Amino acid sequence: MQKLPLIAHSALNKTIAWRKGAPVSVEQFLADVAYLTATLPAGKHVLNVCRDRYHFAVGFAAALVSNKVSLLPPTHTPEMVQQLQAFAADVFCLHDNKDCDIALPKLSYPVTPETSAQTQHSHSKDLHSRGLYSKAQLLEILLPEIPQIDAKQLAAIVFTSGSTGTPVPHKKSWGSLVRNVQAQGERLGLETNADYTILGTIPPQHMYGFESSVLLPLQSGNVLSGEQPFYPADIAAALTDITAKRILVSTPLHLRLLLDAEMTLPKLSMVISATAPLSTALAHKVEVSLKAPLIEIYGSTETGQIATRRTTKTEQWQLLPDVRLSARDERFWAEGGHVEIAVPLNDVIEPIDHDHFLLQGRMQDIINIAGKRSSLGNLNHHLNSISGVIDGAFFMPDERSHDHVTRLCACVVAPNLTTAQILAELRTRIDPVFLPRPLLFVESLPRNSTGKLPRNALKKLISQHMRPNEAECNH
Amino acid sequence: MIENNTALQLEISELMVQALNLDVAATDIEPDAQLYGDGLGLDSIDILEVALVVSKQYGLQLKSDNENNHQIFSSLRNLAAYVAAHKTK
Repeated sequence: MQKLPLIAHSALNKTIAWRKGAPVSVEQFLADVAYLTATLPAGKHVLNVCRDRYHFAVGFAAALVSNKVSLLPPTHTPEMVQQLQAFAADVFCLHDNKDCDIALPKLSYPVTPETSAQTQHSHSKDLHSRGLYSKAQLLEILLPEIPQIDAKQLAAIVFTSGSTGTPVPHKKSWGSLVRNVQAQGERLGLETNADYTILGTIPPQHMYGFESSVLLPLQSGNVLSGEQPFYPADIAAALTDITAKRILVSTPLHLRLLLDAEMTLPKLSMVISATAPLSTALAHKVEVSLKAPLIEIYGSTETGQIATRRTTKTEQWQLLPDVRLSARDERFWAEGGHVEIAVPLNDVIEPIDHDHFLLQGRMQDIINIAGKRSSLGNLNHHLNSISGVIDGAFFMPDERSHDHVTRLCACVVAPNLTTAQILAELRTRIDPVFLPRPLLFVESLPRNSTGKLPRNALKKLISQHMRPNEAECNH
Repeated sequence: MIENNTALQLEISELMVQALNLDVAATDIEPDAQLYGDGLGLDSIDILEVALVVSKQYGLQLKSDNENNHQIFSSLRNLAAYVAAHKTK
C-alpha cells in the first residue's frame, strides 16, 4: 500500500499558511487538524463550505485523516444540497459563517485552541533550556507526525451538473490529487519548501481553487494564504500583506478587473490563470503590469489540470508529463498520469503533436460562466421542470471577448407566470450566474418537426424580441 | 444628505445598466429595490463590474473589510449614499 504525506513541508516549524498578516506553522496546522478531527461527527461525507481558505484546508485535512470524503458540488443551491443528501445520506456541512443556511446537519468550524502547540512549545523550551535535548531532537519527540494517507483512499468527490438535473460524481483518490499538483508544481518550476505564498482569488471549493490554491501549497511545501479577496483593492491588500515571495492564482475576470483598477501591487513571482482562456492581449498586459510570468492552466472538474501554456509565448497548450489525448467518438479523451480513468473532454481540440494542442472552443452544449460550468441540457431541464412553464430554452450568445463574462438568454412559454416567479424558481435550482438575462416570454419556440430547437432559429427569435439597443446579446 | 442623492442615484443607475448591459431602463431601477438576489438579480460578478466603474468614476476604492460592505450594495440608495460620502472626484 503506497502512502503519501498530507503535506510536503520539510519541518514542523516551517510556515504552511499565512493568515491576517501572520504565519501559521506546520505544527499549529497539525494541531488544528487533530482538534477538528476529534470534533467531526460520524458521517462519512463532508460538505466543506468554509470561506477562509485556511479553515477549508484544515477541514479537508481533518476529513482525509479520518477517512472521510469531501464533497465538492458546483453550487450550493437548495436543490443541489438535496441532491447531495440523496447521494450520501450521512453528509454534514462544515462551515465558518454564522449565517450559513445550508439545510444539512452543520458543524461550525471550531475556535481551535492555540494552547496545544503553545504548551508543547513552552515545554520544549523548558527541556531545551535545561540542556537535555537539542531543539531538533525536541521537535521530533514532542511534535505530531505528518499523517500519511493511503494513495488509493477516496479523498474527494467533485460534481458536475450533468445534463438531466442530477449531478454527476467524479471520484478523486488521494494519489491522483497528489500526482496532479506535483506535476503542476514541476511544470511551473515551483521550488519546493521555498516559502512562496500562494494567494487565490477563486473559492477553494472550485476544482481549480482546490488544486492550485490549497493542494499546490500543501504538496509543494509552500505557504497557503487564508484570504479570499473579492474587490481589486482586496487582492492588492492581501498581496501587500504577504512578506514572502508571492504567487497569484486567479482568473481572466479577476485579472482584467485588477489591471483596470490600476492598483499599486507589490512584486509577484508568478501569476496563474484558469477557468477560461485569456486573450493574448490581456496576457501581455498582465505580464507587463505585474512584471511576472503568467502561466495558464487547462483542465476540468473531471480531469483535474492537464495542460499549461505561457500565453505570451505561444497559443499551444503543453500536456503535463504522462497525460495523453486520444480521439474517440469524434471527441478527445484525456488519460494517463493522474487521470486514472480516461475522460472525454468538453472542448474542441486541435492536436499539434503528442503533447501539444490548440483549444478551438467549447462543445456546443457546454456553458462556462466565470469558471462555473453547466450544460444547456441541464439548464433547460431545470427551466422546464418549473410548474407553469410549457416550454423553454436557454441560449448562449456568442462571446463578446474572452476576458468579459457573457450571460445566457432564455425564451419561455409560460402565459401564467411572471419573470419574478420564474427567476425565483430557477434561483433554487441553478447557480445564479446562469440566470437568464433577459428572460423573454414568447408564444412558442421555433421547434422543427422532430421537436429539436435549432440554435439559429432560437437566435433569430431572440433578436426579434430584443430592443434594438440590446442587440449585443446576439452578437 | 441622502435626500439630495437623486441625481447621483440616476447617474449610478445609468453606469450599472451600461456596465452590465441590463434589460431595464436606468430610471426603472427603484432606489430601494434589492440589487442582489431577488430584486435586480445581480450576482458577485456584477458587483465586481459595478465596483470597478463606480470606483473609476468617483475616485474611491471598495474593500471587503468594510463592515458595511453588504449594505453598500443592498440598494441603489445605499450605494449612492456611500459614493456621496466617499467620492474624491
